[in-house]
Formats: sequence, C-alpha cells, structure tokens
Amino acid sequence: MKKFMFVNRKAPYGSVYALESLEVVLITAAFEQQVSVVFLDDGVYQLVKGGQTRGIEMKNHIPAYRVLPDYDIDKFYVERESMEARGLTPEDFVVDVIVLSAAELGALMEEQDVVLSF
Amino acid sequence: MLHIVNKSPFDRPTLATVARVAQGGALLLIEDAVVAATQGVASPLAEIQKKMPVYVLGPDLEARGLNERVIEGVTVVDYNGFVQLVAEHRNCQSWL
Amino acid sequence: MKFAVLINEGPYQHQASDSAYLFCRAAIAAGHQVTRVFFYHDGVYNAIKFAEPPQDDRNIVKRWSKLAEEHGVDLVVCVAAGLRRGVKEEVLAPGFRISGLGQLIEAGIEADRLVTFGD
Repeated sequence: MKKFMFVNRKAPYGSVYALESLEVVLITAAFEQQVSVVFLDDGVYQLVKGGQTRGIEMKNHIPAYRVLPDYDIDKFYVERESMEARGLTPEDFVVDVIVLSAAELGALMEEQDVVLSF
Repeated sequence: MLHIVNKSPFDRPTLATVARVAQGGALLLIEDAVVAATQGVASPLAEIQKKMPVYVLGPDLEARGLNERVIEGVTVVDYNGFVQLVAEHRNCQSWL
Repeated sequence: MKFAVLINEGPYQHQASDSAYLFCRAAIAAGHQVTRVFFYHDGVYNAIKFAEPPQDDRNIVKRWSKLAEEHGVDLVVCVAAGLRRGVKEEVLAPGFRISGLGQLIEAGIEADRLVTFGD
C-alpha cells in the first residue's frame, strides 16, 4: 500500500482542476491506498459550503466531497495560514477537516509516496 | 522531497508557499520559475535556500537569455540532472 | 528506476508537454525506464493525430508517438477528460490509447517515481 496525497491549490470553477482532481480522488478509493487530500492557497475555496452554480451553468461538484468518507477517504487537511488569510474557518467547509500549520503539512508531505498536485 | 516549481514569483505565490510549507529536500526551478534564480529578482528564494539546496534547469535559463545572471548558491542542471534529482529523492512534488 | 509521468496541459499553449518529453528522453538515455505517460485535463490534446505544426516547429504529437514506438512507453489518454473534449479513439495518433483514471493510480503504485508536468 502506498501513501497518496492530492494537493489542491486552485479555486473551483475558474479552471477545471478542482473538479478533475476530485475525480482522481474518487477513483483512488477503489485502489485501497492510503489517501490524504490537502487544501492550501486558493484550494481552500474548494471546500466552502453553500455554493450555487446554477447561474454559471456548471455542475456543483463540492458536495461530492461528503461521500468520500464512505470510501474510507476522510483525511482532509487544510493549511491554517491559507485558511485564515481568506477569512475562513473550519465551520465554513463541507467536510470535517484537520487544520495543520505549514510546518506540519510540510512534514506530512515528506512521508508520502506519490504526491499529485492539481 | 524534491520540490519542483514552474511559475515566476511575479505570476504566482507558489515560491512563497514552498518557503512556508516545504521542510527539506531540494528545490528545482523549471520553465518560468527560473527567473527566481536570477540577480536582482526579489523572491522568497533566499528563505528557501536556508532550508534546502536550490537547482535551476539550464536549458530553461538559456532559452530566456538568463544563464549569465544566476545568483550564487544555486546549481544549474541539465535534463539529465533533473532526472537524477528525481531519482535521488524518495518522492517529488510539482507545485502546480 | 521506473518513472511514470503525468501531463496536465495540451501541446504548444504551455511548456508542460515539452518539459515532460525532454524529461522522459533524458530518463531513458540515463538507463531508466519510463513505464507510462498519462494525459489528463487538457493534456489529452497531445494525442490528436491531426495536429500539423509549421515545418520549422517541433511536432509534439509525433515526438510522443516516436517515443512510444522506440522505447515501449505506454501513452494513456484519460477517457473522461478525453470525452469531455472530443478526444476519442478515432483521433488518436500512433502509440496512444484511451483508458480510465485508474491507469494513473496504477502507474503511481507501480512506478518508483511519478512526476507531474502542468501549468
């Protein structure tokens, strides 16, 4: 079993990365690997709840994060500085997150086998 | 971990994020990120250099006419060196 | 050592595909194996056989096909990203094949290193 980490650093909708990153995470669930999903910089906006995408005619993919724990993917990490710099708190997110300092996140990255950044 | 950055510090805050988060290993600057390794450019690179060795991809520097401007303490590598850096570190991350 | 590569951007618009190709070529020259290149996001556009760049420019698509032919590199185009963008079986250049995202994860599991090139 390998340790896979998915690093999200871009806001949703402005580009396709957030959606296609989630699709990779969903597929990874079938491979029974150790998965963690990280949100930092503008990537923290991917977790904000309450988004309504009707006006931009795109699919709202954010709620799909809620089903991931059913597939044993429940390690969602948010970097504290990125979150605070954007005026957000863990209560703003669609899933329960673990808030890490930059140094803690860096140490966690070091432990990984495969890091995919979108 | 080998940290790979490909964007100019004038374009994106990626190097600042790496300076904050990355704990060790090495940094490789490729594509537009090579500008960070040149004289007179203010970037978080000095901070990163305190934590890890910094490499820059020569062909990308040369293409941009910047190979004579590399700052001290940064090592220029070719694609073979890029491959070696990936092989030497147990994991890598492209900071996209 | 076994390398796998992920490409997230299309040809010409971004340097990603060029950097990835030069990396693969250097890895093979150094005696490593490049087991698979996975094309995701706009990266699927690297597989279109109808690309006709000017004579004095590099042919990114043909370069990948040649690498597959000469060194057995498995070029995999993501089916979901491809369908979204109209990249299907009938437009693929030689050496490319279409498969699922699972092939990316499998490459990450089986290779010693997975290197991503994107924007």
